[in-house]
Amino acid sequence: MQLPVLDNSRFGGGRGEFQQRRDRPEVSRRRFLRTGLAAGSGLAALAAAASPLSRLAGVDHDVFANFFQKHYKAMSRAEIDSALERIRRDVGRRYGVAATVQDVRPLDGVEFVYALNLSRCNGNRRCVHACVKENNQSRSPEMQYIRVIEMPKGTLDVEQGNHHFDSEAVPDQEHYYLPVQCHQCANPPCVKVCPVEATWQEPDGITVIDYDWCIGCRYCEAACPYWARRFNFSDPVIPSDELNPDMSYLSNRPRSKGVMEKCTFCLHRTRQGRLPACLEACPTGARKFGNVLDPDSEVSQILRTKRIFVLKQEVGTLPRFFYYFDERYPRSGEADTADDSHDKSVKHGGTS
Amino acid sequence: MIREYLQFLWRSFRVSFVGDWRYHLWMLVLTVIALLGLNAYCRQFVDGLITTGMTDQISWGLYIANFTYLVGVAAAAVMLVIPVYVYRNRELHDLVIFGELLAVAAIIMCLLFVTVDLGRPDRFHHLLLRFNFPISMLTWDVLVLNGYLALNLHICGYLIYCRYRGKHPSRLFYIPFVFIAIVWAVSIHTVTAFLLVGLGGRPFWNQAIIAPRFIASAFAAGPAIIILTLQAIGRFSSYEVARPALMTLRQIVLVALTINMFLLISELFTEFYTDSAHAASARYLFFGLHGHHALVPWIWTAIAFNSIALVLLYLPASRGLKILDLACVLLIIGIWIEKGMGLIVPAFIPSPLGEIVEYAPTVNEVLVCLGIWAFGALIYTIFVRVTIPVLSGRLRADQPIDDILYEFSQPDRAKELARGDLA
Repeated sequence: MQLPVLDNSRFGGGRGEFQQRRDRPEVSRRRFLRTGLAAGSGLAALAAAASPLSRLAGVDHDVFANFFQKHYKAMSRAEIDSALERIRRDVGRRYGVAATVQDVRPLDGVEFVYALNLSRCNGNRRCVHACVKENNQSRSPEMQYIRVIEMPKGTLDVEQGNHHFDSEAVPDQEHYYLPVQCHQCANPPCVKVCPVEATWQEPDGITVIDYDWCIGCRYCEAACPYWARRFNFSDPVIPSDELNPDMSYLSNRPRSKGVMEKCTFCLHRTRQGRLPACLEACPTGARKFGNVLDPDSEVSQILRTKRIFVLKQEVGTLPRFFYYFDERYPRSGEADTADDSHDKSVKHGGTS
Repeated sequence: MIREYLQFLWRSFRVSFVGDWRYHLWMLVLTVIALLGLNAYCRQFVDGLITTGMTDQISWGLYIANFTYLVGVAAAAVMLVIPVYVYRNRELHDLVIFGELLAVAAIIMCLLFVTVDLGRPDRFHHLLLRFNFPISMLTWDVLVLNGYLALNLHICGYLIYCRYRGKHPSRLFYIPFVFIAIVWAVSIHTVTAFLLVGLGGRPFWNQAIIAPRFIASAFAAGPAIIILTLQAIGRFSSYEVARPALMTLRQIVLVALTINMFLLISELFTEFYTDSAHAASARYLFFGLHGHHALVPWIWTAIAFNSIALVLLYLPASRGLKILDLACVLLIIGIWIEKGMGLIVPAFIPSPLGEIVEYAPTVNEVLVCLGIWAFGALIYTIFVRVTIPVLSGRLRADQPIDDILYEFSQPDRAKELARGDLA
């Protein structure tokens, strides 16, 4: 690397020289050349320092449109359509895949909740990998939205759990398994802290991120008590043949480096009447998902009849993700309506 | 008017390039480090934050730690302002400008540290388009930091420029701003503390004591930096720093450090006597957790340094500059560790799901930090370089600058000549 050359003759010599330099034209020319040389070397050093920038990919023709793209909520129908078209083009360019990119809106009268039966979960982690495939997470390094913790029986203290269990066979009789993913809180701390409103809670209770608006400050990641958010520390790597071409703007379209992402309850599926990928992949039936505003839904029934709990109730986040254990013996003499408060919205009913 | 101002800027520019070999060497070293930092940042910009030691578990590291520390340094400049304008302590009068210039340099470094921490700095303008104010504390921080920068730039800029033009500064144009800046200085550090304190999911930060401790430690470290800086200015320039000024600063450091240690003890007592699950991060920091103890040597170094500094400052011997300087160096390092390795990082360990992942900054990350520090030192040197001849009345609008340039390029000879002329 070149460094700026500094003029060092200026502090040798006596006072006479200084006087002469001011008077004699050839000296001032020499001084001018020297200044020029110093400035030139300075610029060269600057250019050398900035040289890694040359590895940036060439300017693609959507760069201006992307730069001036508005916040998701500020875009008109037409602007969203052209943003979707740009995303489709970009996926075609980067992966050679013809994707369908939709903007799937929340449905009226729907508030999604998740219920997870800890008596059934056996720690096979199929949910983790189905989620990675469905949501186009980076494979290298692999990013996972779901973390399954192997817990010693008899405690709910996650500090005693093992995140990296690697047993030959699951379940192991000494442990139970606690899968954690975004709890889609009704009082989400991650949304509160975002300085640019790049993340918000949708009417159906799902907290989403506009990946094109996020500035990557990771304040939300620090704020989340469930460690549900992930940051793209580098450009995500997904093999073309593993890309899920069924995409939506607010969920599983490919992300860029430097932005946050998270579980969206597979909104591109669930808002269109399908179940989340993690649930579909689960071989044990531990995972239950549905509309809590519909009293006949399975989740409503679970919230009414099971002894449910949420993680870290004391932080006041009002999660929409409930855990329960199967009861070994049926409770006798208790009416089904004992826990009636739960067939209302999480927002209003609370969790206690 | 504008021409005159442009001429002032041009002269400042020229003056900042002239000096003897020591000055050139200092500036060269700083420039090289700053460029190495720029180079490291360009690498980070291209490859992403993967070039840092941060992970999803420890999502803030050295950048935010330095940011937090420097907010404190900037806020502490006000500790020079209060004695002068509130208590009318004349000894510190000119020194206020050096303190406020330090605040300007520190805030610029803060803004750089926040910027290098962003995953998508190219989207910085999104802050202007959708500003989540007043809900997000980060937006408060953006406002108070930029406001503080503007206030200090105005106060120093106005005073220096008036002196340059040989005019008397009008009190109306700076005294109100001085008083606003005093309150504002407290606000920048409070808001930065609230940024962390408001997160219920991080029990290590979620404590009311953090904000007062921030202020106390900043008002110890900041004036300590100013004590050392003023002596450097006194040694390497024609500016004489009055000794009573240093002693006033010593008092401030002493009181602030004492309060800081008291708050630390209160915090430790609450954490360890209760010994609830919330103390996990503190236990990790001070004693290690489940066999992981990367931060333990750091925090005990910090506590040892701060304690020794405190004892030294209480000794009468610390009225001597050697002991005072030693105490200052110790506590500057001690508090830097306390803010970085002792406050930002441990809040992420264990993770909210109980996982223990440790943090070690990468070389690239350290280079970016050093680059920003060097850049800050570079601009501060230039500020001081221009300010001293203005304050001493040698750099003036109505005089050519050749004498200054000569004096700067050959300081020893200039001194001899000055003596000779007198004789």
